[in-house]
Amino acid sequence: MNELLAIDNLGKRFGGFVALDGISLSVRQGERVGLIGPNGSGKSTLVNCICGTLRHESGAVRFDGRRLGGAPAHRRTRLGLARTFQLPRPFASLTLLDNLRIPLLYTVAARGRGSAPEVEARGLALLREVGLEAKARLLPRDLTQVEMRKLELARAMAAEPKLLIADESMAGLTHSEVEDILALLNRLNAAGVTIILIEHIMRAVMSFSQRLVVLVSGRKIADGAPDEVMRDPQVEKAYLGQ
Amino acid sequence: MRSDVFFLVCLGIGAAVFAAALALGNDYLFFAGYVVAQYVVLATAWNILGGYCGYVNFGSAAFFALGAYATVALHEFYEPLPVPALIVGGGVVSGVVGLGMGYLTLRLRGAFFAIATLALAVVLQTLVVNWDYVGGSRGAYIMRPETIAPLGNYVRYLFLVMLFLAVVAVTAARVIERSRLGYGFATIRDDELAAEASGVPTLRLKLVATAISGALMGMAGAPFPYYIGFLQPSSTFGLDYAVNAIAMPLIGGTTTWVGPLIGALLLGSLQQIATVTISSAVNLLIVGFLLVGFVIVAPNGIVGLQRQYIQHKPVGLVGRRRLGADAPGSAS
Repeated sequence: MNELLAIDNLGKRFGGFVALDGISLSVRQGERVGLIGPNGSGKSTLVNCICGTLRHESGAVRFDGRRLGGAPAHRRTRLGLARTFQLPRPFASLTLLDNLRIPLLYTVAARGRGSAPEVEARGLALLREVGLEAKARLLPRDLTQVEMRKLELARAMAAEPKLLIADESMAGLTHSEVEDILALLNRLNAAGVTIILIEHIMRAVMSFSQRLVVLVSGRKIADGAPDEVMRDPQVEKAYLGQ
Repeated sequence: MRSDVFFLVCLGIGAAVFAAALALGNDYLFFAGYVVAQYVVLATAWNILGGYCGYVNFGSAAFFALGAYATVALHEFYEPLPVPALIVGGGVVSGVVGLGMGYLTLRLRGAFFAIATLALAVVLQTLVVNWDYVGGSRGAYIMRPETIAPLGNYVRYLFLVMLFLAVVAVTAARVIERSRLGYGFATIRDDELAAEASGVPTLRLKLVATAISGALMGMAGAPFPYYIGFLQPSSTFGLDYAVNAIAMPLIGGTTTWVGPLIGALLLGSLQQIATVTISSAVNLLIVGFLLVGFVIVAPNGIVGLQRQYIQHKPVGLVGRRRLGADAPGSAS
């Protein structure tokens, strides 16, 4: 299978603090990759560097055969790189439907498809998919935390990404809600979307991921089949202590 | 309503207002009406950047004055230019300066952006005060024709032009609000990081907003020297314009085109009435009291009140909450 995302020797520091130290990672088309690591290990920083929210200092990111360089975040989204935020960041003054309208108008329609009624129908279909259709005309502040995460996910899906990076979409969710989101991600993956899942809920990560990558203190310490990675003494040490 | 129909309806209302003023036959109505229409344009222009995008501009007076001084400069350079041409000139100058301001202040947010616009106003005023060609600190006299056929008094013509400009500005604001651009502006107001992640080119959109907003303010200012006859830097860059341009949308409601229109009509008329009945010095006092009252009683302006009590819609749709406040900054 083709390589979709290639990260080569990525480095990022905040002042004297090294957040990412020479990360290399390759993700193939259609793959389901889990990214785990203790708090502060650099997972979100890595996502921010991949998506253009932060600039990395060294190394390179290639996506879909293209070197991203200093491309701003919105251009990466248009290229097919979507992400959710760890803490949901909905557009507070827009209704749920209008929240989805934004990526539909600015990425999908910008690629040359989508009249106004099409955009509306597509937005409603996405809301239905995450179970929020009844609340389409409400504002995000009327949502529960769980629904907010679903909206976040729906908004990322609306951009019709090739690669979706879900940054802790399941934190604080109940068992069945986690299953809901996992089912949703699996459906997306079956439709051809490559997914990187960042998660603390190990049960979810283990059942979802085909491959597991572990970050500790800004370094990649393991990368491979989930079972093998979890048996790795280094990973055990990072998670359980010595 | 479709935008072209809306434009025609507005034109009709404008024509009716003008006809009514003609029928009443009192020339003071044209003097007062000009100022109110001018404030409709200014408030609408401010709202495109301040209301739609959430970027508070304290320098409205500077953009207004730039339009006015563009007219003075053009007047010096080549005398008998028609007022519509001067409006285009003022719009171009202020639009370009707005674009430049946007470019220089793109990465400033909240209070920092507001302070930068204030600084820009001071810089521009200093430049004009020291520029002899447009009269410098002495000010500039502009001799306008006494009459114009077939309207008679020239002020009638100026009022007509400003009415038309107000119709254009309000229509433009409404078109923007309902377009892709308007949705993009709203995401900038709400959360720029999330906007970028959704594919919105936030920097480019902010430039578009500063340019459109600046251009409309300049267009509002361009006929001003003809109206006032004697243009002085201290009054043209005055507090009245900066304060009114902010207060009117806030009192009306900031996230729709209706808000600044209502605010400008209400405050502008009140000020004109106060000028005649009490004194012109009381104008800013009125604005001050109303602003304080509205911030306490109706923080989302008149439009917000209407939505809350008549339509029972969520008030958040007319959010004014981002004024001065910065985005909650936690990048995940």
